[in-house]
Amino acid sequence: MSEIIELSSTDQQDAKRLDTSLQFLSFTLGQEEYGVDILRVQEIRSWEPVSRIPNVPSYEKGVVNLRGAIVPIIDLRERFQLGHSDYSPLTVVVVLQARMADKTRIIGVVVDSVSDVVDVNKKSIQSAPNFGAKVSTEFINGLVSVSGRMVMLLDVDKLLKLDGLDGEDES
Amino acid sequence: MSIDMAQFHQVFFEESFEGLDAMESGLLNLDLGDVNVEDINTIFRAAHSIKGGSGTFGFTAVSDFTHVMETLLDEMRDGRRKITQPAVDVLLGSVDCLRDMLQSIQNGSEVDQSDVAEHKLALDNELNNAVSSSSAGKPSPEALASNSATALPADEAKQIAGWVIAFSPHLHLLKTGNEPVRMFRELASLGHLTTTVDLQGVPDLYDLDPEECHLSWKLSVLGDIPETEVDEIFDWVEDDCDLAKQPIYQTPTEAPPLHSAPDVAINPVANRVTEDVSPELTRAEESESNSLERKSGKKEDAKAAPKGSSSIRVDTSKIDTLINMVGELVITQSMLSLLGEHFELNKLDQLKNGLSQLERHTRELQESVMNIRMLPISFVFSRFPRLAHDISSKLGKKIELKLVGENTEVDKTVVELLSDPLVHLVRNSLDHGIEMPDVRLAAGKPETGTVTLEAYHRGGNIVIEVADDGKGLDKDKLRAKAIEKGLIDADAILSDKQTYELIFMPGFSTAEKLTDISGRGVGMDVVRRNIQALGGNIEILSELGKGSTISIHLPLTLAILDGQSIAVGDETYILPLGSIIESLHVKEDRLNRVAGKGETFLLRGQYLPIIRMHQIFNVLTAKTTKLTEGLIVVVEGQGLRCGLFVDDLLGQQQVVIKSLEANYRRIEGVSGATILGDGSVALILDIPGLVRLANQ
Repeated sequence: MSEIIELSSTDQQDAKRLDTSLQFLSFTLGQEEYGVDILRVQEIRSWEPVSRIPNVPSYEKGVVNLRGAIVPIIDLRERFQLGHSDYSPLTVVVVLQARMADKTRIIGVVVDSVSDVVDVNKKSIQSAPNFGAKVSTEFINGLVSVSGRMVMLLDVDKLLKLDGLDGEDES
Repeated sequence: MSIDMAQFHQVFFEESFEGLDAMESGLLNLDLGDVNVEDINTIFRAAHSIKGGSGTFGFTAVSDFTHVMETLLDEMRDGRRKITQPAVDVLLGSVDCLRDMLQSIQNGSEVDQSDVAEHKLALDNELNNAVSSSSAGKPSPEALASNSATALPADEAKQIAGWVIAFSPHLHLLKTGNEPVRMFRELASLGHLTTTVDLQGVPDLYDLDPEECHLSWKLSVLGDIPETEVDEIFDWVEDDCDLAKQPIYQTPTEAPPLHSAPDVAINPVANRVTEDVSPELTRAEESESNSLERKSGKKEDAKAAPKGSSSIRVDTSKIDTLINMVGELVITQSMLSLLGEHFELNKLDQLKNGLSQLERHTRELQESVMNIRMLPISFVFSRFPRLAHDISSKLGKKIELKLVGENTEVDKTVVELLSDPLVHLVRNSLDHGIEMPDVRLAAGKPETGTVTLEAYHRGGNIVIEVADDGKGLDKDKLRAKAIEKGLIDADAILSDKQTYELIFMPGFSTAEKLTDISGRGVGMDVVRRNIQALGGNIEILSELGKGSTISIHLPLTLAILDGQSIAVGDETYILPLGSIIESLHVKEDRLNRVAGKGETFLLRGQYLPIIRMHQIFNVLTAKTTKLTEGLIVVVEGQGLRCGLFVDDLLGQQQVVIKSLEANYRRIEGVSGATILGDGSVALILDIPGLVRLANQ
């Protein structure tokens, strides 16, 4: 009996929470902590060797076979110029879905480690400060504080656009 | 109700267009001297289904128009009218008109009324000019049927006092096990029934086949009977008779209103059920119409194709094979899992056996799945007899069109994309290739020119040839023109092949003056680009005064490729097998440098540029950078020949082409990717792209 009551009360809590809060998957890159909308995360995998793609920026590591689909892998550390770290079987690849012109694209990003799933109240999201041209913050949706640490919320769609993966800038 | 109808529209349009194609090819194949009744029947049947369908769906204009055509065809079928060339031409024109009408309806645009009226007038004239006695007065149930389509929903509300039903069974009604008397009895149970029989169709006793039904009836049944009950009785014979019914209303002042929606909504359902069975039967019976139907399956050509999903008709036998294959696969799978449960080393042989079986089944399954996408090339070819007919009569030329290898199968995508370029090539041959009859006679050739369309398989490719025995290409003229247009230098030295290829240059016209036949549409450069986009190439051979042959080589399918895997350092790439000419070790003394940089090597008198794969793809792990230690693969793509410097050749395999662009982007020098046996991804190389990359 008590179980059932508990369940229903968490259900209620969930419903309440959905209105005002979002869930983010947080991960670390070096000293920094980032978050992506959990609904955009398809899966989390461990690092496996990629097939290199010639003549592309070094942060585009290559492509892997994800159940028959060819999926590009991007090293976020290198993308954000946080230096390179060696890959080990413990290195994590977060597979994200991005929407672009009615299409859903799948992309894998390499991160140091996945930390947590955090609930974030919509109201507590602050907009990213403007550093002018010095620091590009285009792909950062906002900042949020989780138990005293700052988490940068990434905009997956913009992240991909910045990487020129929409294929339209190629001619 | 209207919502229910809309879902059948697509099917109706598809079937109608197929019917029109069947009519067209039937008309073109008519041998006026010796008319085969079955041919006329095929045409008639197609017209009839279009009329029936359009009536059901409320496209009155179409059904009215088809009705006139049908009347004409009917008289021809019965031998009451001689089949003349003008009549056939009028009918062909009407087929075009009908196609336009259906297309306008499908696209939701206005039907060109003047055009329709013009063709209808021509048909009427044709109908009237011959003495065809009996047809005029004959009560025509079809007319009722088409009228019924103009139903007004308002009529629905009126009190129904009964039904007048015109029931004309087809000849074979009795053979399908349907008994009119029983139906009448059922009708009588609904209300007061009066029947009037029409004996007009009954032939002479000598000609009478007792198993055929020559009678038709006019039935009137009185009483407040829901339409569905009447329909139920005729449900089973829907396809075997011409049926029209009109409600009788109680208010006598009303003009007999036309019947309405509920009937319409039921019809398609009944149609579908019965049709699904009957085509198989009729097809089996009539081998003649079979070939026509196959041809007629042609979908709309790309430019006219409206929005909407594309569908494909698949031979049932292909699906059966597929099901068989899957069955075998399941058996093998269960065998293997059984083996896996209690595996001991002495069962290794069994395991190996099972695995090889699995491999075989998978390959067969793959082949049969690919097979589903394969369509006979006749889907494209079937339009050409009409084209030849029209152009030859327009230009006053005598042309015979020969189609060879129409049953050669090609991937659906290829078929669709091939159609426009082929039309252009055939038009060129008909217009520019074949000379006027007097010119031909003067040149000592037969008066009738021949254009041959041929398709056949060669290796993993399909080859399509358009050959004519016309005047051929004049090399000197081509050259002069190219110089005049500034496409080549005046002192350029060109081989024969290169000269002929001038006609593929943009802005080059082979005709002295454009005619409206070949002037419009795509140019030869577009033709070549389209073919190349399909991964094929196009070649031209010609002899002045003897004719020209244009051959198109295309891969059988766009989804699977015969590949050669090559190694560069740690990396594996796939080269399309078709692009590889040879592979060789090259000796130091064959190597040359152009301007100190560009490397070439001498192969049978030809200097070929060398592209170092490790360099253009930045492979740091390459085993060797010395040209003499690696391997040179001579490849060709879009007329460009070069040697790729690689570490090693690995093996040949069929690879499934996957798009890189789906989740990533286009990469220069790479046409796609594939997944290798070990699950890793390998890139498929694109030769022209590599050359561009190397030139940067």
